[in-house]
Amino acid sequence: MELRKDYFADVRKDGLNEIGQPRPRLDSPGHVTGKTAYFADRNFPGMLHLKMVRSPHHHARIRSIDTSEAEKHPGVVRVLTARDVPHNVYTILILIQVGPEDETVLADGKVRWKGEAVVAVLAETERAAQEAAAKVKVDYEVLPAVFDMEEALKPGAPVVNEYHGQNYYLYDSGECRKVRFGDVEAGFAQADHILEQSYQSSPIEHAPTETTGCVVAPEGNDRFTCYTNTQAMFFTLDNASIILQMPGSKLHFVGGTVGGGFGGKVDVIVEPIAILGAKLTGRPVSFVYSREEEMQISSPRAAEKIVIKDGVMKDGRIVARKVTGYTDAGAYSRHSPYGAQKGAAHYPGPYTISNVWIDTYCVYTNRTPSSAMRGFGVTIGDFALEVQMDKLARLIGMDPLEFRFINAYRDGDMKAHRQPTEGAALIECMQEASRAANWPVAEKYMAMSSYRKGA
Amino acid sequence: MAKVPVQFTLNGSEKAEFIESGTTLLNALRDKIGDTSPKGGCHQGTCGACSVIIDGELRLSCLTLAETCNGADIKTTAGLAEGGVLHPLQRAFLDAFATQCGFCTPGMITAAKVLLDRTPNPSREDVVEALSGNICRCTGYEPIIQAVLTAARANSQNAA
Repeated sequence: MELRKDYFADVRKDGLNEIGQPRPRLDSPGHVTGKTAYFADRNFPGMLHLKMVRSPHHHARIRSIDTSEAEKHPGVVRVLTARDVPHNVYTILILIQVGPEDETVLADGKVRWKGEAVVAVLAETERAAQEAAAKVKVDYEVLPAVFDMEEALKPGAPVVNEYHGQNYYLYDSGECRKVRFGDVEAGFAQADHILEQSYQSSPIEHAPTETTGCVVAPEGNDRFTCYTNTQAMFFTLDNASIILQMPGSKLHFVGGTVGGGFGGKVDVIVEPIAILGAKLTGRPVSFVYSREEEMQISSPRAAEKIVIKDGVMKDGRIVARKVTGYTDAGAYSRHSPYGAQKGAAHYPGPYTISNVWIDTYCVYTNRTPSSAMRGFGVTIGDFALEVQMDKLARLIGMDPLEFRFINAYRDGDMKAHRQPTEGAALIECMQEASRAANWPVAEKYMAMSSYRKGA
Repeated sequence: MAKVPVQFTLNGSEKAEFIESGTTLLNALRDKIGDTSPKGGCHQGTCGACSVIIDGELRLSCLTLAETCNGADIKTTAGLAEGGVLHPLQRAFLDAFATQCGFCTPGMITAAKVLLDRTPNPSREDVVEALSGNICRCTGYEPIIQAVLTAARANSQNAA
């Protein structure tokens, strides 16, 4: 490892104790000896196994549910439907006042995506739970479904989620998150060239090696201990408390050890129903996604469509940027209204542009609900922005790295969403990248600074 | 359901259990015997997290029926350290920063152990081939490969 102390040398004290020093990971001794306790390494006598009956349809009304054959199946202890869940309609971000509640723990009257949880079966063995789940009879009336964001936004499209009423998230700013900075049309009028391009991505599954799950043990004092691989312990505890209508003091969450998360384990999906199962049966409950469920049921990164229109001068300055972003939330909000909002702040990229117009939509479709994944709202945007930057550089016949130096944000620049730039290190990162990649740029760019006035 | 007896050696100790016929070795080890070092990542033989050593051979315990292991000598990562002293592979994984989430680590270490038992001085290609059945979704392959090569060098120095 190399620590380059020449960057920022004049604004940094050099008495660094930790930075630049290799430090052992505290969890590694457990990993190499096989002693690290993941949630599934907890095993309790009499533990039941939970399996979910899932919707085979993308969009359907539920006419009736018949669990009688499943309940008779040998080894089955309890079968749960929507009416067993104390507060069945929830949304994760209600904790930070992002509503409305729009998702059912177990489907009630309707399913909105293929794979949605409808009935939970608790049995002595995984096999008995699986066999009994196959005996649950659900009578569906299939409804028209919509899978494309632009189709979903057209008038007359099937309404995916009645809790919203329309196929987009209604922000306090209206049908989309908006950023308005300068005068984007004046910027385009002044530009030497205009380039409008459209970028699209598909959903991406995190594919952790350890699948999503939890083990719940009822304690003697009417409390429940939930061993979980959630990446969001307190979000999960608080949402479980709401869904189960139980005070948080009754719930003890044990976790923090995650066999790969990547953002795929921040939803609140397995814990509330497993705790409910433990409460209603008085027995420990294990609910673990199969590999198939992990790939098909757990939230992926949202599909996105991003349309970028830029006005650029021959000398390399970008003078106007207009972005329309679409985030495919799937059937339910989960973290997507937040992801789409993050995109609105991010789309100018790490560049200072004086005229910016951004609209970002969080769109509902009958696809698997999407959620967090590594920089969601930003990562796909960066792909689009940086491909666009290369295209712009080519358009004006400029080196793509030098083109980025010209537009790079620096300390004190006002960003389009009205946050002044602080601690920008883009110039210095690009200088080091230029050296490391042996991609030389003109000396004037190597003399630039993110923070020194005049440089 | 009818139970069947199984008896084998696990990391040097005798184990005997009654299990349901059809139980995988992975589930028998984890749920019955209490060695949770082999992990269940896919239960279909594709991720390698459940890898164990049976009579010197690297095996996927999720695709091995426990009842076929009668009389076998089974080794897992949980049994590698001797008297509290880490095996050179474990030490090298620690030092090389070769663990991230840790879920693939026990499987990786068993796969590496079978390689080094047979090929004490492996090439980089040998290591890549030996670990090719083990997925590290955190994608930390390079430090893992380096750790195995380092452990091999440490072994050969000790032998010299």
